[in-house]
Amino acid sequence: MSSEQEAESIRCLVAKVGLDGHDRGAHVIARAFRDAGFEVIYSGLHKSPDQIVQAAVQEDVDVLGISILSGAHDTLVPKIMDGLEEYGAKDDTLVLAGGVIPDEDREGLKDDGVAAIFGPGTSIEETIEFVRENAPQR
Amino acid sequence: MTMDEADESLLEALLAGEHRALARVISKIENRSPGYRDLVSELYAHTGNADVIGITGSPGAGKSTLVDKLAEAYRERGETVGVIAIDPSSPFTGGAVLGDRIRMASTVGDMDVFVRSMSARGTLGGLSTATADAVKAMDAFGKDKIIIETVGAGQNEIDIVRTADTVAVLVPPGSGDDIQTLKAGILEIADIFIVNKADREGADRTVQELREMVHLGEESGLAGSAGHHGVDAMDGDGVNWGDVDESGDDDADWTPPIVETVATKGTGVDTFIDELGNHRSYLVDSGTHAEKVRQRYAEEIRTLLREDVHALLEDELADSGGIDDLAEAVRQGETDPYSIATDVLAPVEACVENLAADADDSSAE
Repeated sequence: MSSEQEAESIRCLVAKVGLDGHDRGAHVIARAFRDAGFEVIYSGLHKSPDQIVQAAVQEDVDVLGISILSGAHDTLVPKIMDGLEEYGAKDDTLVLAGGVIPDEDREGLKDDGVAAIFGPGTSIEETIEFVRENAPQR
Repeated sequence: MTMDEADESLLEALLAGEHRALARVISKIENRSPGYRDLVSELYAHTGNADVIGITGSPGAGKSTLVDKLAEAYRERGETVGVIAIDPSSPFTGGAVLGDRIRMASTVGDMDVFVRSMSARGTLGGLSTATADAVKAMDAFGKDKIIIETVGAGQNEIDIVRTADTVAVLVPPGSGDDIQTLKAGILEIADIFIVNKADREGADRTVQELREMVHLGEESGLAGSAGHHGVDAMDGDGVNWGDVDESGDDDADWTPPIVETVATKGTGVDTFIDELGNHRSYLVDSGTHAEKVRQRYAEEIRTLLREDVHALLEDELADSGGIDDLAEAVRQGETDPYSIATDVLAPVEACVENLAADADDSSAE
């Protein structure tokens, strides 16, 4: 078996969930991830938690980045986490949240299983570095 | 071939219909992770039930939207669907944005449509191998219809689409120039032409141009396997083919139909499905299917061997001082690529000769 040259690449799903229509941030992240050599799947706008879970499972992504600027993270994120758990994908998917998320909500989200939260002002390098270091080894 | 325990249970889970397992197997195929070959070779025993459809066309022709509607229509007929959507990756960073999923909105929430995005990473026909293997995984999983979607540009894409039983080429209206370029490579691979966005101005003309091209291709032997028939066979009225023995299959040749669709509204999708069915029956009835499958496997074997040998030689290359130093030596005018290739290959050739000699010895004893 000599032809098994590794061709691995970090796969990410950049997801917009719920009614929030602000996708500039998601686009910037998608582009930056691509330039960092990741494979990025962009969900498009206005997706339901179920749809995000379906995409994350089928695409077998290492990283799920959820962008929320609507303030509905406390309802939407747990639904996504439950869905991932249902398909046995929760433990080895690195879930990140980005957008406007108040400090007092952060602990709760982390308890749900979100690995890191990147609010406004986070540098892109920081996010990419975090993904490189924490993307699950399978 | 033996598999380790983890792969064993992964295979079992895939055959039991677990989506996560299918997703994981495809990742292993894409990554060429250790053991993926054994896994794929185990998959083969469970394949052969799916219809594989390839859809290609220039960027913006409406492929993803059509695939979405096609998947929806198949679902309504109670069939399960797998989609492999291939997007290019950056040659510089290897990164990619895989955007086909966005347009596949009709079927979200339905896990029986399994959409997988793949990027064109890897080289040397690696993508077509990975695609073919991913198709095998979906087939073994039990998908009834598997759709491969890819941008139709370049040899690589054509190779990918060749892994399909039926290839549909999308042509947007008003693309007179595009048709010119299509002539070069894609005319030969199309089993069905689709003029998408058929409600746009110029659609009629595009249909007309395609029709002329298809007929021209038939006469000059360009289209499909039509290359071998003589003028007499062409003149026959096509109904009496039953009593002409030797040219029996010739008359059953496939002429690519031209289907008009408006993918965004779902218009023409049923006609498209009918034509896909027709082509499928044609393949089976004419025996072309067996021939096609044989060719495909031959190609797969060749590609695999090429990759293996290539990997062997990479090691040899490293032993000879690494490709960079060798390239620099050529640049300095000290040697040339042909001499280097001969030198690098020499030990391998010696090995093979020794083996052959050993075999001769042992058979002589």
